[in-house]
Amino acid sequence: MSVLPLRVCGRELLLDPAGALLWPDEKMLIVADLHIGKAAALARRGLMAPPYEFEETLARLEALIERHRPQMVVSLGDGLHGAEAAALIEEAGFDRLSALIRRQLWLWVTGNHDTAIPLALGGAVLPRFERAGLSFVHVPSGREGEIAGHLHPVARIATPARRIQRRRCFASDGRRLLLPALGAFTGGLDVLDPAIAGLFPGPFTAYLLGSRRVFAVPAARLTPEPDARRHLLSCRRSSRRPAA
Amino acid sequence: MSETLIDPLGLAPGLETALPVRFARWFDERGWRPRAHQLAMLALAREGRDALLLAPTGGGKTLAGFLPSLVELAETGSGCGIHTLYVSPLKALAADIARNLEAPIQEMRLPIAIALRTGDTPSSARARQRRRPPDVLLTTPESLALLLSYPDAQLQFSKLRAIVLDELHALAESKRGALLALGLARLRRLAPAARVVGLSATIAEPRSLLRYLSPRPESVALVQGEPGAPPEVEILLPGTGIPWAGHYATHAAPAILDLIRRHRTSIVFVNTRAQAEVLFGVLWRLNDDNLPIALHHGSLDVEQRRKVEAAMASGRLRAVVATSSLDLGIDWGDVDLVVQVGAPKSVSRLLQRVGRANHRLEEPSRAVLVPANRFEVLECLAARAAIAEGALDGSGVAAGGFDVLAQHITGVACAGPFDADSLFAEVREAAPYADLSRADFDAVLDFVATGGYALKRYERYRRLVRGPDGLWRLADARLARRYRMNVGTIVEAPMMRVRLGLRGRRLGEVEEYFVSTLTPGDTFLFAGRTLEFIGIREDEVIVRVPRRAREPKVPAYAGGKLPLTSALAARVNAILADRRRWASLPMPVQEWLEAQVRRSSIGEAGELLVETFPRGRRHFLVAYPLAGRNAHQTLGILLTRRMERMRLAPLGFVASDYCIAVWGRVPITRPEELFTPDLLADDFEEWMAESSLLRRAFRNCAVVAGLVERRLPGREKTGRQVMISTDLLYDVLRKHEPEHVLLRAARAEAAQSMTDLRRLSDLLHAIQGKIKHVPLKRISPFAVAIIAGIGKEFVGGEALDQELEAAVEELVAEALA
Repeated sequence: MSVLPLRVCGRELLLDPAGALLWPDEKMLIVADLHIGKAAALARRGLMAPPYEFEETLARLEALIERHRPQMVVSLGDGLHGAEAAALIEEAGFDRLSALIRRQLWLWVTGNHDTAIPLALGGAVLPRFERAGLSFVHVPSGREGEIAGHLHPVARIATPARRIQRRRCFASDGRRLLLPALGAFTGGLDVLDPAIAGLFPGPFTAYLLGSRRVFAVPAARLTPEPDARRHLLSCRRSSRRPAA
Repeated sequence: MSETLIDPLGLAPGLETALPVRFARWFDERGWRPRAHQLAMLALAREGRDALLLAPTGGGKTLAGFLPSLVELAETGSGCGIHTLYVSPLKALAADIARNLEAPIQEMRLPIAIALRTGDTPSSARARQRRRPPDVLLTTPESLALLLSYPDAQLQFSKLRAIVLDELHALAESKRGALLALGLARLRRLAPAARVVGLSATIAEPRSLLRYLSPRPESVALVQGEPGAPPEVEILLPGTGIPWAGHYATHAAPAILDLIRRHRTSIVFVNTRAQAEVLFGVLWRLNDDNLPIALHHGSLDVEQRRKVEAAMASGRLRAVVATSSLDLGIDWGDVDLVVQVGAPKSVSRLLQRVGRANHRLEEPSRAVLVPANRFEVLECLAARAAIAEGALDGSGVAAGGFDVLAQHITGVACAGPFDADSLFAEVREAAPYADLSRADFDAVLDFVATGGYALKRYERYRRLVRGPDGLWRLADARLARRYRMNVGTIVEAPMMRVRLGLRGRRLGEVEEYFVSTLTPGDTFLFAGRTLEFIGIREDEVIVRVPRRAREPKVPAYAGGKLPLTSALAARVNAILADRRRWASLPMPVQEWLEAQVRRSSIGEAGELLVETFPRGRRHFLVAYPLAGRNAHQTLGILLTRRMERMRLAPLGFVASDYCIAVWGRVPITRPEELFTPDLLADDFEEWMAESSLLRRAFRNCAVVAGLVERRLPGREKTGRQVMISTDLLYDVLRKHEPEHVLLRAARAEAAQSMTDLRRLSDLLHAIQGKIKHVPLKRISPFAVAIIAGIGKEFVGGEALDQELEAAVEELVAEALA
């Protein structure tokens, strides 16, 4: 596993191929859109998605924390998915998750899917968080220095064999950064969709997650998802929300 | 009036076969004579016996199925609820039958009400049918499942006397067949007095269909229709020669046009939508007489298809270029010629297509086969010989999937509380589930109730609850609505509508995958013309007619490729192996075979011919197993994997129905080391788990079983929010619960869609020590067909013949140098 260095507004950051951001100077690990409880929310609607989503997402978190031993973890919103999450955690692994949260400082930045985060779980709760010129939020606004989640960016690229590879990705132009979703059952929105591409005033780069490393690909070299091409005809800014 | 009963099982003599006076007079007035099998069906119905009628198209099969019901209803009067339920694989066929039934009913003034119930039936008509049930209801397997899911199903079907399943050979083997079989088992419980009738084309092995109709197959009478005149099949070899490679047969277009000109009405069948588009385009360019020729395939807009069908039925068309969308059913009456362009692939399907011509039994159907390359000439010859011998590649009944069973159990729960023991017994009466174990049934039931996970976390979200009375019932009435929105077993690849201009008319649908490969300005063939891709808006593909006429950049898109059946492949092999038969082959084919013998080899019977040769800076290996495209595709993946491990630096592979070509940077000197039987064992499990085939199968099963919701065009905007990629579910499930019932369902489906895998493993065993390796300095005549396709293969499509021509000429020159 090798991390890829990236400068955002002069700060030295590292991209982990598992889909998390590191800020070594601050000993900080940043993750976005865990959506813990998504499977249970689907099950409540009668769609019995595999219940192992909790175990899977938790395992990803544990591995990251084990690997980087941060002093602080920031969850960039939508850490818990809807009202089902609290009940699910109660049943599935409250102690395990809580122990993980209490290993270091933990900050929940709140998102649109977060309902009340159980106090007993641990961690501080804030709507946004600033440090050393960077501002950590859930929903991006396009301002400089913003590190955000919410949009679940994915990128597609055509291989020489004309096969399309679709991967979760970071997106950045060096002034702002979007994180991929870390949750096991999180869908994605094409980075070329106006909802994402529109956040960058100029050219930007997608950082695609490989199994062992991160691949930087300029947005102009990506293959757009069919949906993204609607801007060819209608340039109105859509405010589409990602498929959570 | 003939009274001979053609019945291998032996009907008791002295059965009442006389027609009531009203019916006899009706036949007389038309100058018709009831056929023996029609009278046999009547007699069997009077006995209340189940029956399977095997008869060729044009044999009055449908009337034979309905005659007993009409007679009975004329005697007993109508209005007592649904008397006869008719199930057809096609909506259009059901509609056609409804129209055809009106004639005798009106002419004999029979007091019989018939109605149609398909996905197209408006809700007002459904409500009416519910209030005042018709005597005869015509429907499809999916609509039947829906009808059975309503709490009043018991009431609706309690007076049922007859169940007629049409075109059974086309249904029994499929997932839809499994769904229908479950519906049939249910109907038998709701209406034990009803007799079940199956109507099928002539098939080699009717035993499995007898079991399909009844859990007591020995009680089902088998009625054999009159065989009809054998079809006349010709093979078209235009004087211009036969191409070495390619699939479009555009070389034969002038000859095909000439055939159309010399016949009243022709159907020109092709194998893929791409072929349909390309051939239609070429025919139309040559069509100086402006003969009315139309195009028909499954991606065209429904309206457009209906128009073509109507024009065809009323005799306004001289020809239609069609894919399998016209294989079944509808009686065109006046078709006097069927042209099959490209390899027939399967004898049964070819016969089905040939039967579209001339629906009068006494006269032979006339068909012309048009091979597109030299291998296909052999295949056409083999198919013609098989038809002459009446040797069909049979229709069996496949084991039913757990996903279809899950859907059925949900449907049963929607209709009302059920007892698990009696439902299990009922399900086992359905032929595809005859061998279902109780443990598997319980696993599927548990899946429907709670998702069936070892981790019991969804108790509070249960879909089914078991009451103190021991009966299972739906936990939430809203689930019934979802069931009804998602019923059916056909899961289409995600499609997008094609619209001509922003506010123009709809032309049809294309696969989303195809669209994702286009960039604005790309031109492609669709609906018979060249269109320019402009972009996408609101889930619709917007196109326009290009300002200047241009050759399409992207030929067309594929769809509907069928692999060669093993029976037909064996016949082609036999032709190749028997030199004495070569003399009777067309001259260009003989020369081609002789050139192959001179330059390389044909291999003896039972041997696998493997050629190796350098070309450009690459080293090629071409093997000729004749095991069908799917098997060769798999073989290609496995061979390249093994080559990687043996450090042979593979670069790529391409597969056809006849052969597989792999190439790399290093010469392959010992191919026998590649083709060992453990090829499958070694890499196969691993490959299967990763393969898109299994992921696709899982997606199908997830939709059918109700794990995720169906994606329908137009419903996507609401759908996107709750859509979850089945790939994510698959990955997590495979890691945490590999033996989950849906993964087992997906594996079974993938294995079934690759029956060719068994062919592959049989083949690998059969050829051990019998590999005929021919190292060559250059490409062989046989290899031209496949090497010419390399690099020309568009994602899922193929290159135009014209584009290939230059490349092929070069290769041919090289092969004969």
